[in-house]
Amino acid sequence: MSTKRKIRILVAKPGLDGHDRGAKVVARALADAGYEVIYTGLHQTPDMIAAAAVQEAVDLVGLSIMSGAHMTLFPAVQKALEKRGVSDLPIFGGGIVPEEDKAALLEGGVDALFTPGTTTTEIIDWIEANVRPKVEG
Amino acid sequence: MVAVGRVEDVLAGTVVRAARLMRDLDDQIPGALEELKALYPHTGGAFIVGVTGNPGSGKSTIVDCLIAQYREAGLRVGVVAIDPSSPYSGGAILGDRIRMQRHATDDSVFIRSLATRGHLGGLSRSTQDIITVMDAMGHDVIIVETVGVGQDEVDVVSTAHTSVVVVVPGLGDEIQAIKAGILEIADILVVNKADRDGADRTVADLSMMLDLRAKGAKTVRILKAVAIKEGGMVELVEAVDLHRRELDSETEGRRRGLERAETRLKDLVRTLALERALALLESGDGLSALVERIAEREIDPYSAAEQVLAELMGNP
Ligand code: B12
Ligand SMILES: Nc1nc2c(ncn2[C@@H]2O[C@H](COP(=O)(O)OP(=O)(O)O)[C@@H](O)[C@H]2O)c(=O)[nH]1
Ligand SMILES: [Mg+2]
Repeated sequence: MSTKRKIRILVAKPGLDGHDRGAKVVARALADAGYEVIYTGLHQTPDMIAAAAVQEAVDLVGLSIMSGAHMTLFPAVQKALEKRGVSDLPIFGGGIVPEEDKAALLEGGVDALFTPGTTTTEIIDWIEANVRPKVEG
Repeated sequence: MVAVGRVEDVLAGTVVRAARLMRDLDDQIPGALEELKALYPHTGGAFIVGVTGNPGSGKSTIVDCLIAQYREAGLRVGVVAIDPSSPYSGGAILGDRIRMQRHATDDSVFIRSLATRGHLGGLSRSTQDIITVMDAMGHDVIIVETVGVGQDEVDVVSTAHTSVVVVVPGLGDEIQAIKAGILEIADILVVNKADRDGADRTVADLSMMLDLRAKGAKTVRILKAVAIKEGGMVELVEAVDLHRRELDSETEGRRRGLERAETRLKDLVRTLALERALALLESGDGLSALVERIAEREIDPYSAAEQVLAELMGNP
């Protein structure tokens, strides 16, 4: 039996934000890079995202936030994950996040943020460098 | 690599641990099989419903409605939803959950998405193992949504107690698929999207095809549904219940149970024998030596294969 794990990633759109193009582009690119992507669709509450992350046993949780609500939604998802017993899960995301907010979120335990204009290759490189070693280690 | 106490945690219904075990099984981590073996005696309590049909026919929407009804009846529900892996990248987008999100935070509903990872037949290789874990956790009903591509989705029959096949009006191309065996798979046929034209015609076509079968063929129920409006879903659950009672009351239930066990055993023997034979071949330099002798006509490939198998039988 082989022991090479497949990386599984949750991609979710929290809150009322209806901009789903970025999330879909990223989900597609990640699948094309060989990952299994669980896409939950729009309008997710933090607890819905945490419940899905647990049931799907993902290696990484991804949020796409274009609405400006990132300063509340990222911490809310982190808290929901902690409540469901998976505080060690890496979390990353993208969307419209000003530089100073980005610094604060990274300080608060978000693992990476990718703003508009990022290439999907940069996102994949980050996963290979930061998530792959944990999953296979 | 057996995770300490995980079998007990799964039996106690601990979601994080059960989900991780499912992951280890899907990834074929060797230690996980030992845990699966320990869970087996605690299974057999769950009723398993398979939902199959072409992509876009409404399988996930129907599963969402079934969850709602079983929850109303107070049952714990597990869902295994399978989507295809890309043969090129090996990756997958698993999107069946989207239609079931109203149940996302219901702690009595456990939804797991799986990719086929190259396995044919409509399920992933791990599907049966994931079902075993859900069963051991105490789920009363487990719903399996198959990939829904092609005409060879037969695995669901040997996995589910009751198989629901979803079709949409305006058969056309689908007539081919039906000829190719969908009628044999189905215990219940659902003509979904009956809000569209042609549903009655499709029901009539299907009934006719059922009538044309040989005498003594099994009973297949046909229903119309509009799953996005939850139309026909009460009737669907009733039909599943009816079928379930037929299984319970007749010798049919036992026969199917034995059939499922036999299929599972043969599948596993086939898979494990192949894996072990290949591992044996590839260990050391036995393989290249044998290959060379075959190419040089020193040994014929049949005798070489027999030699490998004899060695395999000698080394369990
Ligand atoms: C297209 C668009 C729309 C479309 C959305 C279509 C759709 N289905 O997605 C429509 C026209 C519907 C729309 C509507 C609105 N929009 Co608009 N929209 C845009 C626009 C022009 C482009 C967004 C886009 O699709 N980009 C292409 C994708 C590929 O890029 P991306 O999403 O940024 O994703 C990249 C990265 O951010 C990152 N990423 C994104 N998600 C994720 C997730 C993960 C896990 C990772 C790793 C990375 C990652 O990677 C991607 C690749 O580089 C932006 C402006 C802009 N330049 O961003 C405004 C923008 C987002 N919209 C805005 C607004 C205000 C609105 C409306 C409220 C307008 C209104 N008053 O009606 C509505 C609200 C809609 C709603 N229901 O929420 C504002 C948001 C302001 C803010 N946050 O402070 C923006 C920034 C415009 C602006 N400058 O004011 N919009
Ligand atoms: N018109 C109509 N559309 C439906 C019905 N049921 C499902 N759909 C839509 O069909 C599409 C595919 O449904 P989905 O459940 O994802 O199908 P699956 O691919 O078989 O799982 C979605 O857009 C659903 O909203 C129905 O009864 N009528
Ligand atoms: Mg589906």
